Amino acid sequence: MSGAPRRQYTNPVIRWIEYRLPIFSTVEATIGADMPTPKNLNYWWSFGGLLTLALVIQIVTGIVLAMHYIAHGSMAFDSVEHIMRNVNSGWLIRYVHANGASLFFLAVYVHIARGMYYGSYKYPREILWMLGVVIFLIMMATAFMGYVLPWGQMSFWAATVITNLFSAIPVIGEEITTWLWGGFSVDSPTLTRFYSLHYLLPFAIFGVTILHIWALHVHGPNNPTGIDVKGPQDTIPYKPYYTSKYLSVFSAFMMVLAVLVFFEPNYLGHPDNYKPADPLQTPAHIVPEWYFLPFYAILRAIPDKLLGVIAMFGSILVWFILPWLDTSRVRSGRYRPLFKQFFWLLVIDFLVLMWCGAQPAEGPALIVARIATAYYFLHFIVILPLVGWFERPKPLPESISTSVLGSGAAAPKAAE
Amino acid sequence: MSKLLRLLGGATLAAMIAWPVVAAEAIKPAAREWSFNGIFGTFDRAKAQRGYAVYKQVCASCHGVKYLAFRNLTAIGFTEAEAKALAAEAQITDGPNEEGEMFQRPGRPSDRLPMPYANDAAARAANGGALPPDLSLITKAREHGPDYVYALLTSYSDAPRGMTLPAGMTYNKAFAGNQIAMPAPLTEGQVEYIDGTKATVAQMAEDVVVFLHWAAEPNLEARHRLGFQAVLFLLALTVLFWFVKQRVWGDQH
Ligand code: HEC
Ligand code: HEM
Repeated sequence: MSGAPRRQYTNPVIRWIEYRLPIFSTVEATIGADMPTPKNLNYWWSFGGLLTLALVIQIVTGIVLAMHYIAHGSMAFDSVEHIMRNVNSGWLIRYVHANGASLFFLAVYVHIARGMYYGSYKYPREILWMLGVVIFLIMMATAFMGYVLPWGQMSFWAATVITNLFSAIPVIGEEITTWLWGGFSVDSPTLTRFYSLHYLLPFAIFGVTILHIWALHVHGPNNPTGIDVKGPQDTIPYKPYYTSKYLSVFSAFMMVLAVLVFFEPNYLGHPDNYKPADPLQTPAHIVPEWYFLPFYAILRAIPDKLLGVIAMFGSILVWFILPWLDTSRVRSGRYRPLFKQFFWLLVIDFLVLMWCGAQPAEGPALIVARIATAYYFLHFIVILPLVGWFERPKPLPESISTSVLGSGAAAPKAAE
Repeated sequence: MSKLLRLLGGATLAAMIAWPVVAAEAIKPAAREWSFNGIFGTFDRAKAQRGYAVYKQVCASCHGVKYLAFRNLTAIGFTEAEAKALAAEAQITDGPNEEGEMFQRPGRPSDRLPMPYANDAAARAANGGALPPDLSLITKAREHGPDYVYALLTSYSDAPRGMTLPAGMTYNKAFAGNQIAMPAPLTEGQVEYIDGTKATVAQMAEDVVVFLHWAAEPNLEARHRLGFQAVLFLLALTVLFWFVKQRVWGDQH
């Protein structure tokens, strides 16, 4: 980037700073600024902004919680109750943080599914997509460690189950697990390090998010037709069009959060987490939070521990190579009749896995989990490459603007 | 194919929603009407106060409610003077004093309610090896907490014929496994209610559940009140933003 400002600023203070540190132009060129945006973005494109909002909510409430929380095995549970009872609005802040995490995941799943349906991972947005997968992985680590912090029964046993996975690594597994624990079982040292990382990782997410948005601004967002912007007739300015379009989504999101927080704050939680951690008493069923259930189901579907761990991580890592697994050159699922069917089958498969993750791993539920796990990998590794070869895509509209004007008449509208 | 897909999707959703209910049915306690249910729910002050009496006269000999202080009791309608008097009835260990000794003194409103046992080992020793859990969070630490605790307290009966219970165990059909180490705590007329309410087992059970649910979720009323306002506000804001969007996009269509 050259040091010369890209545009002349009128505000004298900004000019003064810009001359010495060209931060405003740099930010504008990478992540800020009003960019020309495809004129046909639908509401599914609001989820990226929504995720940013959710991250900010988690960080703000988290920092306040951290002022009162005590990361020690003998005090953590009591300190959370202290927040709930004695800290001004402490109950509100904690319930927003706990339910905010759930909605964060709901939004990220929608966001990822949107990317998959409209082929947003394809050329030239591969790095943008992969940065998203990185964010998702860090989110999972953050939420897992956050869930350990209240030090209830589920906190403790979830930490035990998940850290034990590392013992499946051949030869050095046991040692890695001991090193992770900071002792010979999950205990106060484990809690303290999880707390440290739980505070750190959201800022890592923040950093990767900046890269993610930077990459977004290079080629601009994809759009429901999946075809490239061909000229100014295809775009409108982000402000005020999309800001106004998405404000109502943000507000609706806050409303859903409010309904949960104020009327059913413990609906998505587990009653066992209101029992203090007890290493001597294993809960009848150890279940993770709902947003981890599909991956938990994959883990348990495989009889071998090491392979189970590999499959579980593999089920997310496979997203990294999605741009190369999908052989079709058409981006949007709108014009891919066969792909579209398989996309929805994958969504159903994911929900089935989610259900399986909540059941004890035995009997019919285990069989269903195995089939669903096999199908999950089949989709990415076999079906997706083949569909790209064999499918005959529908004709693409000439441009974004013809697709908008002609919807219903000239341009083929998405059947559905 | 797409019809089949839709069918499959519908079936998946239906199964996901219905299944956990089916699976949990076996132990699900009967649902009761509680004044704190629903979005406008509040605690019935009279019941909560009677519930405190039940707790204090019956449960407190085995169970603590360690997160409650006497001053908190004003939230269920006791006056400050009453809370002070209730605190003064308790003997609290304080200290050390200038001689380095611990000493006993009457309670103050800022004191926590006294615990029945010095530690878990003492609690187990006095209860045949079983640990009476702290009740501060009990209604949140069980599925369908309030209904469950009510069912537990009212489901004692003689063991079915042919079932022999180990020493110290009592039959209770609401408890998982049906044998519980807590002897039936409530008997008809056990608590003397100062408001003259008849102390049936059902009445005492209901009252103590209201008290315990307040102890578990003392901010429930503030939460409901604020929630109603917040949701209304956000609803209005959402609609407003939607109209703004319609205006802004007006020139595009
Ligand atoms: C004589 C001592 C004693 C008294 C009095 C007593 N309990 Fe208990 N309670 C116990 C013991 C012991 C257990 C543990 C039972 C077990 O694990 O089998 C227990 C367990 C419980 C449980 C937990 C059951 C579960 O699901 O794990 C609840 C709820 C409970 N008591 C409520 C009460 C209430 C309310 C009262 C007062 C009306 C009361 N108890 C009075 C000894 C007592
Ligand atoms: C990506 C963002 C974040 C996610 C997804 C997240 C998630 C979670 C979750 C699921 C819990 C457990 C809630 C419960 O059941 O009680 C939790 C607890 C906690 N989090 Fe976070 N968190 C995030 C950011 C932060 C940040 C930035 C901080 C501190 C600056 C923080 C501080 C805390 C503290 C102190 C607790 C323990 C108190 C409690 O359990 O309520 N969090 N977090």
